[in-house]
Amino acid sequence: MNVVDLGELGLDEGAQLLVKRALSSADRVRVVGTSPTLAIDLPAWCRARGHAFADGVVTRGTADRTVGAERAGSIDVAVDDPPARWGLAARGSLVEAGAPSFEIDLTLSHKPNVWADEAARLYAQAAAAQWDPATAIPWSAPIVHPDEVEDAIVQIMTYLIENETAALLVPARFLAKLHPHFREVMQLLAIQAADEARHIEVFTRRAQLRRDQLGLSTAGGQASLATLFDEPDFAIASFLLAVLGEGSFLTLLWFIRDHAPDECTREVARLAAQDEARHVAFGLAHLARHAQLDPDLHGRLAAAIERRHAALAHTSGLNEPVFDALVLLAAGSWEPADLRRGHLAVVKLVADMDAGRRSRLARLGFAPGDAERLSALHTRNFM
Amino acid sequence: MRELILGAVAYDAKVIPIWDGFRAWFAKRGLPFDYVLYTNYERQVEDHVRGELDVAWNSPLAWLQTVQRNPSARAVAMRDTDRDLTSVVLVRADAPYRALPDLRGKRVGVGAGDSPQATLIPLGAFAEAGVDVDAVKHDVLLGKHGDHVGGERVAVKALLAGDVDAACIIDGNRLAFANDGTLPPGSTRVLHHTGAYDHCNMTVLEHTAAIARFTELLLGMDYADPEARPLLDMEGLTKWLPGRTSGYALLERAVKRLA
Repeated sequence: MNVVDLGELGLDEGAQLLVKRALSSADRVRVVGTSPTLAIDLPAWCRARGHAFADGVVTRGTADRTVGAERAGSIDVAVDDPPARWGLAARGSLVEAGAPSFEIDLTLSHKPNVWADEAARLYAQAAAAQWDPATAIPWSAPIVHPDEVEDAIVQIMTYLIENETAALLVPARFLAKLHPHFREVMQLLAIQAADEARHIEVFTRRAQLRRDQLGLSTAGGQASLATLFDEPDFAIASFLLAVLGEGSFLTLLWFIRDHAPDECTREVARLAAQDEARHVAFGLAHLARHAQLDPDLHGRLAAAIERRHAALAHTSGLNEPVFDALVLLAAGSWEPADLRRGHLAVVKLVADMDAGRRSRLARLGFAPGDAERLSALHTRNFM
Repeated sequence: MRELILGAVAYDAKVIPIWDGFRAWFAKRGLPFDYVLYTNYERQVEDHVRGELDVAWNSPLAWLQTVQRNPSARAVAMRDTDRDLTSVVLVRADAPYRALPDLRGKRVGVGAGDSPQATLIPLGAFAEAGVDVDAVKHDVLLGKHGDHVGGERVAVKALLAGDVDAACIIDGNRLAFANDGTLPPGSTRVLHHTGAYDHCNMTVLEHTAAIARFTELLLGMDYADPEARPLLDMEGLTKWLPGRTSGYALLERAVKRLA
């Protein structure tokens, strides 16, 4: 018979691990030891676990909570339809049967609707590319441009903060409904939310460098963003937000990076654009995969753009204070020649955004004519 | 089949999910089952002997009270964890006491006044040894016969604080209190260890088809069954065993001696 010697270690000090280890490979184990309370503790410990105990010998009981347990897929491969009963269990873990039914509404539980093979790589990239706003931005860089140009920058920051708030909250609402089995997607959406939190911080800090108050939040801008919150379908929401909205935003951030008069503004735009590019890449990747598996998806995405366009038809949509601020930012002064240059730059920006949207729509498999028509219907608020 | 009514004492909020769970589990197996919760065992025993209940989930003291009122009472089932319990008398590790007589006249912390394991059986041991002590009761939820572990925890805390010279608890709780940090390692030692006794049982007064079916279903509950396992976990057992009544002599003796 197997013998386990606990030495001086008591069952109130961790010795039960030695007994369990011995019982894992033998039905009957003689337990010896010199703990003064061993003779009291061992029978009590055995009783609570259904093991029999007599004359120093523990006979393993039959209670085994792994009977009927199932593997929640495998560590590396997500299944198509993880059941809700796996709940929060780590993918690939052994899930005990009979857990209480999971009350959280995990409606995003069909792999084709959420998955992208690139998610793991994009998450790793995002984790490696996190930057510290305190040290990454040259907050003390000189600001020598005119006051009104600074006001324009503050207006642009006000607009960016509002839009990044939508970019944080819209995916976060889906994240809360995503089956945790899709670990890489969950991690990616979480780190995207952290990216947006950081962007909100740096845009706010930039606006505060020379001003105590922010600019105007327009009703049209809010109306445009509100339609993103109304969208219950993950594919459509990420199409509108990530591919069209953040895609356009990427062009906008590059514009600010290239035209801002001060180093600090250029740097916050450059770093934010770096992160946004990943968000767009994930949106494109999972929608491209989804579209391959679901031939109806293109029709639904196109209908969503048209629906959103119709919903926003009664609003001005165009965010004039932002448009003007972008012209002034690019102009850098009130000189007519500079304003002309700034205006031309903003017109080119709008054209670049359109080109970017059409190119992304083409990558998702839309024909050039459809891509052109749909891109033109995109909100004039950019996001 | 007529609905079977079980009486249980609500010593904790978890008693409701436990018996709701059993109710659903029995219903699924064709046994109409309902339960009545009592605030104390005395009222449950009273109702049982008056014929209001088919089965009473009784503490050992409630079993003795029932069998005294109705000698035909039988125990049809008990948990595997209800058999061969012992209680311990703890003293602080640095105390000079070595045996029960050393505690003569000392303050001994016990559980609730009606707790078999933390009060009646340990005080019975002192009485049998002819040692008079100053028993300090920790009456957390009187009427629950010590089912609520609070009294034992308070007794142990009083011991560690130096308010009492010894504390009496059930053997398993010594381990539980060590694991949850109530009893720091090396802070106490076991001065006395009582004989073995049995704890709760399912008490019946009649032979009916519903009781027979109830007993059969209970004894057939399998820890491997994922529907049964959460109920067994909550009720603290791995399997039901046939009731036996040979394990109540120590308590009976203690009750008589302390009366």
